[in-house]
Amino acid sequence: MAVVDTTPRATGITGAALTRRRAADFSYSTVVGLLAGIGFLILVGPVVIVLLTSFTEGRSIKFPPSGLSIQWYQLLFDPVRSSQIHGAALNSLQVAVVAMVCATALATLASVALARQPGRWARALDTFFMSPLILPMLAFGLAALMYFTFLGFRPSLGLIMVGHIVVVAPFVLRTTSASMSQLDPALLESSASLGASWLYTFRRVTLPVIAPGVAAGAFLAFVASLDNVPVSLFLAGPRSDMLPIRMWGMMESMLDPRVAAVSGVLIGVVLVLMLVMERVVGLTRRLRD
Amino acid sequence: MRLRPAEWQLAMPLALAYAAFFLVPLALLIMVSAFDDERITTIGFAQWRNFLGDPFTWKVIFDTVKLGFVTVAATAVIGYPIALVFLGAGPRWQRAILFVVILPLLTSVVVRTFAWIVILGREGVINQAVLWLGLAPAPLNLLQTEPGLVIALTQIEMPLLLLPLLSVMSRMDPNLRDASAGLGASRWRTLLRVTLPLSLPGLVAGCMLVFASSTTAFISQFVIGGNRLVYLPLLIWQQSLVVYNWPLASVAALTLLISVGLGVAAIATLGRRSRAYAV
Repeated sequence: MAVVDTTPRATGITGAALTRRRAADFSYSTVVGLLAGIGFLILVGPVVIVLLTSFTEGRSIKFPPSGLSIQWYQLLFDPVRSSQIHGAALNSLQVAVVAMVCATALATLASVALARQPGRWARALDTFFMSPLILPMLAFGLAALMYFTFLGFRPSLGLIMVGHIVVVAPFVLRTTSASMSQLDPALLESSASLGASWLYTFRRVTLPVIAPGVAAGAFLAFVASLDNVPVSLFLAGPRSDMLPIRMWGMMESMLDPRVAAVSGVLIGVVLVLMLVMERVVGLTRRLRD
Repeated sequence: MRLRPAEWQLAMPLALAYAAFFLVPLALLIMVSAFDDERITTIGFAQWRNFLGDPFTWKVIFDTVKLGFVTVAATAVIGYPIALVFLGAGPRWQRAILFVVILPLLTSVVVRTFAWIVILGREGVINQAVLWLGLAPAPLNLLQTEPGLVIALTQIEMPLLLLPLLSVMSRMDPNLRDASAGLGASRWRTLLRVTLPLSLPGLVAGCMLVFASSTTAFISQFVIGGNRLVYLPLLIWQQSLVVYNWPLASVAALTLLISVGLGVAAIATLGRRSRAYAV
């Protein structure tokens, strides 16, 4: 931080002008502080409220909870009474793992390919790869449903996996491309001039540099797949129930309190994964860059 | 030089996957919309004519686009001050703020929607407070109203606004703000003349993401808005998975796609204009 002399003598401000400026600065702090305070409250409040609600003693969802108990978590983990939720969770997890692995492999290769390509077509291809982020996913879900139906497929977990790969690949592409831009081309050239093959250079030079970016992207892809509704909605069949869609159903049938417990579990898992990823690959830094 | 051709070929697997499972389905969407009947046998534009000839459709399109812009405005007004606090914070606090921003982003949209039902419902947090303070004789109806939906979407979409914005903020040269203050500008003036113009690309990128996401947030719109508030995603869902009229669903989906595209383009243009204005 540069230290700048802002005393009246240095800036040539005197008397009334200084008072006016102080008043302006005070109003600035008040307004910005107030709005940011509301912002932080709105961001964090709901998460805290869901967590507290999930420990309610009552039979319905209410805040503040009437008393504390873990009854809804017990019901949630009951293998018989919550078997449908478990099945949906297992499906979601399977899809998320497969989508993450495939999207990470495809998008990492693509960002390595595009990082050093000058020219218009490389940028056009990059925009194309990122377009699922802006395009209404619901439209893509419908398009995918019609496409697979015309090809003669019935809704299944496999189709959901394919759909998810398309919509989560941009996350990996973004974080990996950011890491690629920090890779010094001189390293690649010296590796090549010393006789290393392309694959060897990729394994020993490129990959170690971009690994944190790839890992952060893979994590985001995993979470995005786990949360996805618009694509799963269209591609899920009666035997491929997905967790977010089942939760939606539980919310529609006037609030099964187990929704709060599922939410509590999801928030807990994401929080732990986030802390791990922050430690290992510096998640917040990757997302900021 | 041996590296070059091999390197760009690495983009091929993803390009092929996108061509087969993204581009072709979207082309199919356009094709299906050009059929008259639900069994997809007669080519024609009857679905388009019926859909766009109905005044109700235009109301839904208008409401959807309006919801997008109101949400963008609300997230920007509340989100930008967060970015300003981030700008003035030390590295440790910056990390903490990023963490707080990312946490809701990574908790499922369904969970965040559920949270707002707990907050806005008849027995929810806000109604309990209102009754306790005696501000109203009976619980307010906040669910199934547009203000309620906008409040919920403001939180649900806020991280999308903040990530690109914070990214630009953290690259901004702090000397410029110090110089502005040193030359006697008040903090308001520094904000309007230095910080805002410099952060505009991030703000515009964030607004585009928020617009695209809030107009298509089917679950949040449906669960919080209920049947009383109808937006384009609901029409797509009804026509495709309830009525099974795929041509009409395709027409609605393309209408949504075009509306979102135009809205995003409008925000981009507005961003470019105001940039020329600010400098």
